[in-house]
Amino acid sequence: QEKLDMSTYPVESIRNFSIIAHVDHGKSTLADRLLEITGTISKTDRNKQVLDKLQVERERGITVKAQSASLFYNHEGINYLLNLIDTPGHVDFSYEVSRSLSACQGVILVVDANEGIQAQTVANFYLAFEAQLSIIPVINKIDLKNADPERVEKQIEKLFDIPTDECIRISAKQGTNVEKVLHKVIEKIPPPQCNTADPLKALVFDSTFDHYRGVVANIALFGGEIAKGHKIVSAHTKKRYEVNEVGILTPDEQPTHKLHAGQVGYLIAGMKEVAEAQIGDTLFLYKQPVEPLPGFKSAKPMVFAGMYPIDQTEYNNLKSALERLTLNDSSVTVHRDSSLALGAGWRLGFLGLLHMEVFNQRLEQEYNMSVILTAPTVPYKAVLSSAKLIKEYGKDHITIINPAQFPDKLSVSEYLEPTVLGTIVTPQEYIGKIITLCQDRRAVQKDMLYIDENRVMLKYLFPLNEIVVDFYDALKSLSSGYASFDYEDAGYQAADLIKMDILLNGNPVEELATIIHNDKAYAAGKLLCERLKETIPRQLFEIAIQAAIGKKIIARETLKAYRKNVVAKCYGGDITRRMKLLKRQAEGKRLMRKIGNVEVPRDAFIRILKRETDK
Amino acid sequence: APCPQWPYCRKRCSYCNFNTYVVPAVDEAAVRACLVREAQTLLRLSQVHSVSSVFFGGGTPSLASPGTVAAVLEAVAAAAHLPAGAEVTLEANPSSTSTSCLARFRAAGVNRLSIGVQSLDDAELKMLGREHTAAEAWKAVEVARGLFPGRTSIDLLFGLPGQSRDAWAQRLEVALGLCDDHISLYQLTLERGTALAAQVRKGALPTPPQDLLADMYHTARTVLVAAGFRHYEVSNFARKGALSTHNLSYWRADQYIGVGPGAHGRFVLRGEGGCSREARVQTLEPVAWMRDVQSQGHGTRSRVVLSPLEQLEELLTLGLRTDEGITHERWGHFSPQLSLQAVFGAPGEARALQQQGWLVLDSGGLRCTWAGLAVLDSLLPDLLCQLQRV
Repeated sequence: QEKLDMSTYPVESIRNFSIIAHVDHGKSTLADRLLEITGTISKTDRNKQVLDKLQVERERGITVKAQSASLFYNHEGINYLLNLIDTPGHVDFSYEVSRSLSACQGVILVVDANEGIQAQTVANFYLAFEAQLSIIPVINKIDLKNADPERVEKQIEKLFDIPTDECIRISAKQGTNVEKVLHKVIEKIPPPQCNTADPLKALVFDSTFDHYRGVVANIALFGGEIAKGHKIVSAHTKKRYEVNEVGILTPDEQPTHKLHAGQVGYLIAGMKEVAEAQIGDTLFLYKQPVEPLPGFKSAKPMVFAGMYPIDQTEYNNLKSALERLTLNDSSVTVHRDSSLALGAGWRLGFLGLLHMEVFNQRLEQEYNMSVILTAPTVPYKAVLSSAKLIKEYGKDHITIINPAQFPDKLSVSEYLEPTVLGTIVTPQEYIGKIITLCQDRRAVQKDMLYIDENRVMLKYLFPLNEIVVDFYDALKSLSSGYASFDYEDAGYQAADLIKMDILLNGNPVEELATIIHNDKAYAAGKLLCERLKETIPRQLFEIAIQAAIGKKIIARETLKAYRKNVVAKCYGGDITRRMKLLKRQAEGKRLMRKIGNVEVPRDAFIRILKRETDK
Repeated sequence: APCPQWPYCRKRCSYCNFNTYVVPAVDEAAVRACLVREAQTLLRLSQVHSVSSVFFGGGTPSLASPGTVAAVLEAVAAAAHLPAGAEVTLEANPSSTSTSCLARFRAAGVNRLSIGVQSLDDAELKMLGREHTAAEAWKAVEVARGLFPGRTSIDLLFGLPGQSRDAWAQRLEVALGLCDDHISLYQLTLERGTALAAQVRKGALPTPPQDLLADMYHTARTVLVAAGFRHYEVSNFARKGALSTHNLSYWRADQYIGVGPGAHGRFVLRGEGGCSREARVQTLEPVAWMRDVQSQGHGTRSRVVLSPLEQLEELLTLGLRTDEGITHERWGHFSPQLSLQAVFGAPGEARALQQQGWLVLDSGGLRCTWAGLAVLDSLLPDLLCQLQRV
C-alpha cells in the first residue's frame, strides 16, 4: 500500500478540533456527516456512528473510546488537513475528554435544539474554556418538531457568554448547514502553534491493543516529527521503544512516511500493554527529552465492584477474559479478592458507573462471560491512631476497599469518605423533588442558578457512595427523564462511618458486612434483613436475622420454622418426579454455606449481593 | 400389583394435572382390548406369580363399563394367580356411582371403592370444578358403604384458597360423620398449568398461607386419630385395619405394573432374563398408546434400570412416608451388604435428626416421629446426602 506523504500539509493548513456535547445531542452523527462531506467515507445510508467501533458503543449509542479521523478538505483553493477527535461523551470519562482536548485548538459544541443545555454541555464547555480553545456553538436537530433554536441560543448566551449570532443551526441527520460548520472550523479555529524543527513532543490521547501488532497509540504532535525507525521514550514509564509504523486514521489506519508537528495520527512501537501508552503521556526522542505536557494523571477509580465467576470452575476463563479486556482499558484497576460466599474473584475499580456497565457488557459480548457483580463500593479512608496498626500498614492514612479491612473506631482518629461535586440541570417544576432527593443522599447545596426562565442548574456536594448505586435512575425517574446529571471528584471529607454486620442466629455473615454512614445504617439494615428473610429458605428451627453495629442490634427479622413440609401425594406417577427434585435438593445441600446451624444456599447471597439494577 | 389406568374424564377439574383426556366418545371395546393385551404382555414379562392387589385408576375409572373391569381382571387371573382375597380397588366419582352401577362393578370383581369426594361444601366443589354436589357425594358414599362395607375410602382436600381454619374444622366433623374406615386427606397442591393455579397466580383467588396449611394438617391428624384412625401414611388414615394394600406396595417399594396410557410401573423383567428393577412409563396419549399395544403387545414409552443406589433412594423416600417406616428386613432386601444401622447409625445427618426429635432408628427400623412426618421433605435431602456418601 502506498504510504501517504504528510509533508504537503504545512502547519497553517492544519486544524485540530473536537466535537463535544451532552449525551445523545448528535455528536457522533455530526462526525458521520463531516466524514461524508470531506469524502473520507462514501455517502451511504449505512453511515451511522462510523467512529464508534466497539459493539457496545454502537448498541448503547455512546462513544466510549476516543477515535480520531483525518479529513482532507479543499476550501477556497487551499488543501486543509482537518483532524477530528471524537471524544467520549460521558462524565465517567472526563479525563479522557480533557486529554483529547489538549490536542485540539478548538471545539464544536453541539447542543440539541429541543433539550437545550444539559449537565454535560456545561461540563464539557468548561473543559474547553479552561483549555482556552475556540468554541463554535452548533445547534443540532433543528429538523425535529419541538426544536426551539432561538431559546437555546439565548441559553448559550446567558451561560457561556457567546453571542447568539455565532451559533450555527444544523441538522446533522439531514446534513443541513453542516458544510457551514466546516467552513467555520477553518475560519475560526487557529492552526496549531508548533514547529517541525523542534524536538519531537507527542501527546498520547488514547491507545488500543491489537493482537497482531501490539499497542496502537493515538498521538498528537506538538513539535518535531516522527517516522519509522525513530527511537522514542515515554515520559511516564521512562521506557524506550523503536517506532515500527506511523500513520493517520481516516478513520481506518493509513500508514504514512512521517507525521509532522501539528498533525494527529497513530503510532506502533513495540509496546506490549496499553499501560505502556497511558492517556496523557508524552513521547519524545531518545536523548532529546522535553518538558512533558501538563495535565497527565493516572486513572483514579471512583467506583469499585466485586466481580466473581458464576461458578468457581469458570475462574480461569474469567481471569483470562479480564486480562485481555484490561489490555485495552488501562483505567480499570484490578485487585484479587475473595468472598466466603462467592469464592475467588476480583475487586475492580472503574471511573464510574457507566464505565463499569460498559466493561461488564464488553465481557459478555466480546468474551462470552457472565459474571456476578456485587454491590459497588467506594474507597473509604481512615486516619489511624493506633501505633500498632500504623506499623502494620506502614503509614497512618489507609484506603479501605473491603469491609473486612475496616479498622475499629478505637484505632482511628478519623474516617473519610470520597465526595463528588454534582451538577444537575432540570426544568424548574422538579426542583422540589430533586432537592429532597439530594438531601436524602446527604448532599450539601453549593449553588443554584437559573439558566433561563425554565431551567435551573443545581450544584451539590455528594458523598460518592450515595450516588453510585441508583441516584441517576432516581433522578431521571422523578423528573420524567428531563433532569441531567454530571459529577467530578471533589476529594474526601470526614464522615461518621460504621461497619454494619449481619447475623444469623447470632453468627456473623462476613459476605454481607457493609461500611455505611451512621445516619443510613438503620434503614439499610432493615432492608437487608427483610431481603434476607425472603431469600433464605425456611428451616426446621426459627432463624433470627439481625443487623448490628458492634454489639448493638439495629434491625431484626424472624424467619419462622417449617411446621409442614411434605408433599401430599406420592404414588406411582409422582415418584420419579419426586426423586429428581429431592436429589437436586440434596445436591444443593452440598453447595450450601452453613452459618452456625443455618443453611444458606449460594444463590441467596448472590441475590442479596448483586447490584439492584440487575435484579 | 397391576395398576390399570382408565384415562378419560367427563371434564377436567380446576386443580388436576393428571394424564387424563376429555373426549366426546370413547371406543370402549378398543381400549378394553388394549388394556387386556398390555396386562397380559407385562405380567408375562414380569413373571409375577401372585398378585396381591389391583387398582383401577385414571381419569375416572367409574366411567368405564363393568365389563371392561371384568375383562382386565380375567386377563390378570389368567396370567398370574389372583387370590380371592386380593384387594381390587376402583376409583369412582360421586356422579357416576348409582347403586346399580356399583353393584355391577362388584359383580365384576371390585371389592374396594375409593370415592373422590374432595369436599362436602358446594361452593368449594364449584371452585374445584367438580361435577357433583355435596348432597350427591353424601349419597354416593352411603351407597358405597352399603355395597363395600369397611372397604370404602374417601378422598378429601384441605387448604383451598380462602378456606379458613374454622371452616376446615367443620368440614372434618361432617366428613367424620359420613366416612367409612379409610380417608385419604390431601393438602391441595397448586400445580403449574392448572386453571386453579392460574387463578391464584393472577390474584383472583388468595394464596393459602404456609402456617395456616400447617395448622389445618395438624388439626386433621389430631382429630382423626382421636376418632380412632391410624395415621399410617402422610396423607392416609385407616381404622379397624382398613389400610390400602395397593398403596402400601408403593411405599414399601414392592413391584407394581402400570397398564394403560401414562401408567407407571416398577418391576423386574424376569421374563427377559433381567434381574434389575426398572422404572417404566407407558405412552401417554391414548390413541398412540393403543397403536403401540396393537403392534407390540404393550405401549411402554420409557424404561430405565434403577441402580441399587437409586432403588435404595426410592425406598428411603417412600418408606419414611409411612408410620412404620422402613424395617430392617425390607432394607436388607435392597441392601444385603449395608444395614440400616451401618448407613444411618453412624454419626451424621440421621443421628443429628434423631437428636432433634424428627427421626427414630431402633429395632423396628428407621421411621419418622409424629413431628418428623410433617416435615419429611426437610429431612430427606440430608438423608439422601448421607446415603450417597456410603
